[in-house]
Amino acid sequence: MSARTLFEKIWDAHVVAPESADTPAVLYIDLHLVHEVTSPQAFSELRSRGLKLRRPDRTLATLDHSTPTLPAAANGERPYANAEAKAQVAQLEANCREFGVQLYGWDSSDRGIVHVIGPELGATQPGMTIVCGDSHTSTHGAFGALAFGIGTTEVGHVMATQCLLQRKAKTFAIHVDGKLPRGVGAKDLILHIIGEIGVDGGTGYVLEYRGEAIEALSMEERMTVCNMSIEAGARAGLIAPDETTFAWLKGRPRAPQGAAWDAAVQRWRGLRSDDGAKYDREVRIDASQIRPTVTYGTHPGMAIAMDQPVPAARNAVEQRALDYMQAKANQPMQGMAVDVVFIGSCTNSRLSDLREAANVMRGHHVAKGVRMLVVPGSEAVRRDAEEEGLHEVFLAAGAEWRIPGCSMCIAMNGDLAQPGQLVVSTSNRNFEGRQGKGARTVLASPATAAASAIAGAIADPREYLTEVAA
Amino acid sequence: MKPVTRIHSRTAVLLDENIDTDRIIPARFLTTTERAGLGKFCFNDWRYRQDGSDNPDFPLNKPEAKGCSILVAGRNFGCGSSREHAPWALLDYGIQAVLCSEIADIFRGNALKNGLLAIVLDEAEHRWLLKNPGIELSIDVREQAIELPDGGRIRFQLEPFARHCLLNGVDQLGFLLQHNDAITHYEQIQEKAA
Repeated sequence: MSARTLFEKIWDAHVVAPESADTPAVLYIDLHLVHEVTSPQAFSELRSRGLKLRRPDRTLATLDHSTPTLPAAANGERPYANAEAKAQVAQLEANCREFGVQLYGWDSSDRGIVHVIGPELGATQPGMTIVCGDSHTSTHGAFGALAFGIGTTEVGHVMATQCLLQRKAKTFAIHVDGKLPRGVGAKDLILHIIGEIGVDGGTGYVLEYRGEAIEALSMEERMTVCNMSIEAGARAGLIAPDETTFAWLKGRPRAPQGAAWDAAVQRWRGLRSDDGAKYDREVRIDASQIRPTVTYGTHPGMAIAMDQPVPAARNAVEQRALDYMQAKANQPMQGMAVDVVFIGSCTNSRLSDLREAANVMRGHHVAKGVRMLVVPGSEAVRRDAEEEGLHEVFLAAGAEWRIPGCSMCIAMNGDLAQPGQLVVSTSNRNFEGRQGKGARTVLASPATAAASAIAGAIADPREYLTEVAA
Repeated sequence: MKPVTRIHSRTAVLLDENIDTDRIIPARFLTTTERAGLGKFCFNDWRYRQDGSDNPDFPLNKPEAKGCSILVAGRNFGCGSSREHAPWALLDYGIQAVLCSEIADIFRGNALKNGLLAIVLDEAEHRWLLKNPGIELSIDVREQAIELPDGGRIRFQLEPFARHCLLNGVDQLGFLLQHNDAITHYEQIQEKAA
């Protein structure tokens, strides 16, 4: 067989019926993740056709998008944004009961953002196909799984058949050479990559991140990178599994155990692109040249090092973006006044992200007039962080410590910024109004977000790192 | 899905590039458990002023854009989230086709499954349509051609299965369910191998 890419290996292993000129392939899906926002209409479709959910054992549900991040009142009542949000959550609870799906709901000590808990539970595994009605499903590609977001119609397809109709994507290798400098992390790297290839540079492709700098990343960092593949237009991003992956997964509740684990690892070692495999497109990125990076416009492709001058608008659309952001051409983003800081989201809400932010915050206070929200990605992250005392660092600094959920990343649960406010956010989208109507979003790493909270302006975290290893 | 064979309308133009799904329908309107009735939220934060009245600067609020069901939009329309609420909102608002030089993958797939024609054009043709709002077009799905008022035609590509489903109103879930035996066979092989 000719040399194949990692994507092609996973694709080939999941073809139930091959594609032809007239019809797409029928592709088998190993794991379907479900949340309250994009599933109700799909469950309704099943019900109206009298269909069962084919593989409840391959389906996992959680509550994350519409859920409040403030605790329940003494009477157990949760502070939902509105009655509809409450009804949506109740609908998923009812649907999971009716169709036999395991729900990591309010009563679960494992509840959290869907892309945080899938890996935590060991449900996400190398070589799998994974889908969810959520574009940040690309996160799971960090484990060498082909993982992508789907719409609600397709959610129904997977529920009924455990399959999707798919055309094979093109492949795009992103080689990242060298080492990331101290104080520069995975978020800076992915923002830099999107800045290089553009907000639509990955449209039609599955990305594969590879090279020395990628191999050096922890699993949490790899998830941050793969998470934002969709922000370059790519439905999926992949990293070949290696010892880092296996060590991270071993012993997790849904991971294989005992002899089955050894057999799985044996199989997973073959999940890498063969020497000589051909990609449809390739780029090279030099990690050593990357500095703390932020966005300056209204899509994630408008990203630059924070100390670099904002490029002048080349057209009316770009000028409108700069005007919306109140960003000045030829001036750096560093130093711009900040109103709100948000640390959370499926991009950056894991324990390592909270540690990174706490390392900067320790012994400092949030600047006067700045509101800071820290929202752990899951109950497990919250527990671990509290055990380490990270919440005390944030609380002592004047930040709010919330319960897990998507929160201000998508701002549909009531956590939002006011018109005109500037938010330094560790999330993944800086679209107009994403964090509240008229709110201005600057995407950044947890370290940059923490430094900016202290300074009250976009700030370089390296100025606050004294004894922490890179 | 009802068959979609031909769409005839004047065009409305949104020049902005990268119109993302949050602009098409902001996330705070996604708490619904229904598909219907999302048109009133379509382009919500662009379309209305702070007091809830129509924003006269929003191109689709202009008198000449009223009743137009073909939208010509700047490059990379529909980027961002996988929310199918975006095509549902556009259809309910009255848009039946989006013409663009590039359309985000997930949005395009969602749109076509709902009978919203998401059509990718060459850059030169796209540029021309952006510069000529309000012209009468007729989109012929069978011929994969857009007929211009002067009799000229713009050809476009459409994935053959999507075209077949549009023309015949094919229910894709019904098509997938026909593969039930093959799916069961695949599962049996996988379970033996594990």
